[in-house]
Amino acid sequence: MIAELGHFALILALVMATVQTVVPLIGAHKSNTVLMEIGKPSAIAQFFAILFAFCALTNAYITSDFSVVNVAENSHSLKPLLYKISGVWGNHEGSMVLWVLILALFGFTVAVFGKNLPPTLRARVLGIQGSIGVAFLAFIITTSNPFLRLNPAPLDGRDLNPLLQDPGLAFHPPMLYLGYVGFSITFSFAIAALIEGNIGPAWARWVRPWALLAWTSLTAGITLGSWWAYYELGWGGWWYWDPVENASFMPWLVGTAFLHSAIVVEKRDALKSWTILLAILAFTLSLMGTFLVRSGVLTSVHAFAVDPERGLFILAILAFFVGGAFILFAIRAPKMALGGLFQPISREGGLVMNNLLLSVATATVFLGTLYPLFLDATTGQKVSVGPPFFNATFIPIMIPLLLLMAIGPMLSWKQGDLASAMSRLWVAAICSGGLGILFWLLNSDKPFTPIIGFAIAGWLGGGALKELADRILLFKIPLLNSLLRARGLPRSAYGMTLAHLGIAIFVCGASADSAWRSEVVFNAKEKDQTEIAGFNLKLQKVERLKGPNYETERAHILVTKGSKTIANLYPERRFYPVQQMLTTEATIYSTVVADLYATIGEGDKRNGWVLRIWHNPLIPWIWLGCLLMVLGGVISLTDRRLRIGAPEKKIGNYERAELGAEHG
Amino acid sequence: MTPTRRRLTFIGLGFLSLLVASALALTAFEDTLVFFYSPSDIKEKSINTDKQIRIGGLVKNGSLSKSEDGITVRFEVTDLKHSIPAVYRGPLPDLFRENQGVVAEGHLSKGIFRAKTILAKHDENYMPKEVADSLKKAGKWKGENKN
Repeated sequence: MIAELGHFALILALVMATVQTVVPLIGAHKSNTVLMEIGKPSAIAQFFAILFAFCALTNAYITSDFSVVNVAENSHSLKPLLYKISGVWGNHEGSMVLWVLILALFGFTVAVFGKNLPPTLRARVLGIQGSIGVAFLAFIITTSNPFLRLNPAPLDGRDLNPLLQDPGLAFHPPMLYLGYVGFSITFSFAIAALIEGNIGPAWARWVRPWALLAWTSLTAGITLGSWWAYYELGWGGWWYWDPVENASFMPWLVGTAFLHSAIVVEKRDALKSWTILLAILAFTLSLMGTFLVRSGVLTSVHAFAVDPERGLFILAILAFFVGGAFILFAIRAPKMALGGLFQPISREGGLVMNNLLLSVATATVFLGTLYPLFLDATTGQKVSVGPPFFNATFIPIMIPLLLLMAIGPMLSWKQGDLASAMSRLWVAAICSGGLGILFWLLNSDKPFTPIIGFAIAGWLGGGALKELADRILLFKIPLLNSLLRARGLPRSAYGMTLAHLGIAIFVCGASADSAWRSEVVFNAKEKDQTEIAGFNLKLQKVERLKGPNYETERAHILVTKGSKTIANLYPERRFYPVQQMLTTEATIYSTVVADLYATIGEGDKRNGWVLRIWHNPLIPWIWLGCLLMVLGGVISLTDRRLRIGAPEKKIGNYERAELGAEHG
Repeated sequence: MTPTRRRLTFIGLGFLSLLVASALALTAFEDTLVFFYSPSDIKEKSINTDKQIRIGGLVKNGSLSKSEDGITVRFEVTDLKHSIPAVYRGPLPDLFRENQGVVAEGHLSKGIFRAKTILAKHDENYMPKEVADSLKKAGKWKGENKN
């Protein structure tokens, strides 16, 4: 019964989404306030209808209602509760419901928190957002209904793929979708602005909180996914340039570019059509990711069951929205007024370079991701494009970007002075040299290339800190006054510093791991031992144990250094009887400077087991760097200026900063 | 600086970076593209042995053996028409079994495929698309697999 109500709620949501699309758009066109206002309740109603459907599906999972096909195929009564819930989005149909739920959530936030938006803009944003909802709800109801019944109901379910039964993966999809789908709202804002033919600093300020929210969530989502792949897949790596990873990374790159170019629109009223284009592109790439994952053109851990009908449907949605957006852009963009002028060497110029490099980087990732599909379709020749391609193209483009990241914020708006910016960056130069030399001394026996990464990271990190120090006139005025100034700084300034610092730390981790990781594979019987990176590892014993829905073979490895016991590692090899599937559960011993990562392969007492051990230097820095980026996003989000409900406070904040300056 | 000149500067910079990127991508393609071959392709065409390639097919029934050291494995990759012997040193993916699909990356040396990596698969019904296609080409596809 509840499942049927869920199905009904989805249909109701489709009706609401249709109303949300048609009525406010007509209202905005005819300047009819009553019609425009209908956007708000319909967006709220659509959200709650989908929320109800989502809860109904979750309920079916929690109660193990195997008369629902989707539950029977993806759940099992013995599964722990967390994985029963995460199982809701561990399959195609359920994850689509989550997708539209988040889509409607963004519409909901505009309806509820967008009080200060001009009524026509809000009506149009809601209308466009509603139209995306219509397309995807229709997709779910016609091709991917999660509430189909099964008669007779099986006694138990087929279980969720054991690889997906993991806390990292429980939260990875919701976060990722929050980011992916979040770019729908910037898209809606962009299209609404194109329809209005009016875009300026106010528009940029309105769209920024949503863009930040989407970007922050996407960053967190990608990080969680990478972390999950690292410890769950047991391959010892954290990024594989897998097409599906790329599908989430491309919207991130373009979204990052958008966040930066929107600043130029906000402060200087320039780069307007370019910013609109980026908003359209970010969502285009999100939709393309959805298509790639769900159409079965790619084979990957992420790929859902193959169904050409679904692929075609999503392709049609993609063609409609992207085609429509670009046609509208082609008609309207040339009519936009040219914004404020600026010299190439200026803050704007730096942000343009940021955008150029990010866009070109996206293009190379795009090429590498889609080229195999293209070649297969045209010549039938099968190729794969792996990490070497991306290392050879993506990284050289990132290096100038990272170098510029320290310089850009030092330049003033309109016309910057490169010489003075560089002279202020002496701290960065010292950090760069210092970090490079320090790590080289520590690792002089290892390959040299990561040192370049450390030098760049030092430059970037030092530059980010120096920029903040300059803003509060640290050591130039009494410390107390500096602190006062620091209090008066807008939160977005801290957000930027943290995010840039995060990238610097991330670059250290990624560089070290790329060339300094070491690996030992050995066949061990109980009490056998091996060495890696100065650690001694001894296989104590291997035992058979039973978990809630699996059986496992668990090794106990004792790690020692000299005579000191460092850690006990327990890698497992699990067997899930319901799905007849084996998984490798890696075990990781993390310190600030490196990870010891162990997996156990097949074997037995007589012949021994194959153990594989990695020493991955600085991997924790990768997670730390990403965490700082997310934190930077969150702190920026709490900036008062961004709260649409508090425009007067914005002035107050500036006054406080000015006040601080006078004190100095 | 006039708006037109500013635009031209940035358009020029844009083209320059695209140019550099294309040059990078083209040279990278030359060196890094990994081609996929079926065992029949390898028997019938002559293949450059220096380059990394991928081969895919089924692990031939009864061909899997482990050597003394417990780590090196030998098996044959077959498309049921031809088969190629392969050597791999390291732990096998969880779902590596005889009669199951496999994709391996490595290089050919004296008719033996030296695998550097065996691509992990994620569930037992999964048949790598390349393998399915090469079985179809060899006329041995039975189509009993879901994918």
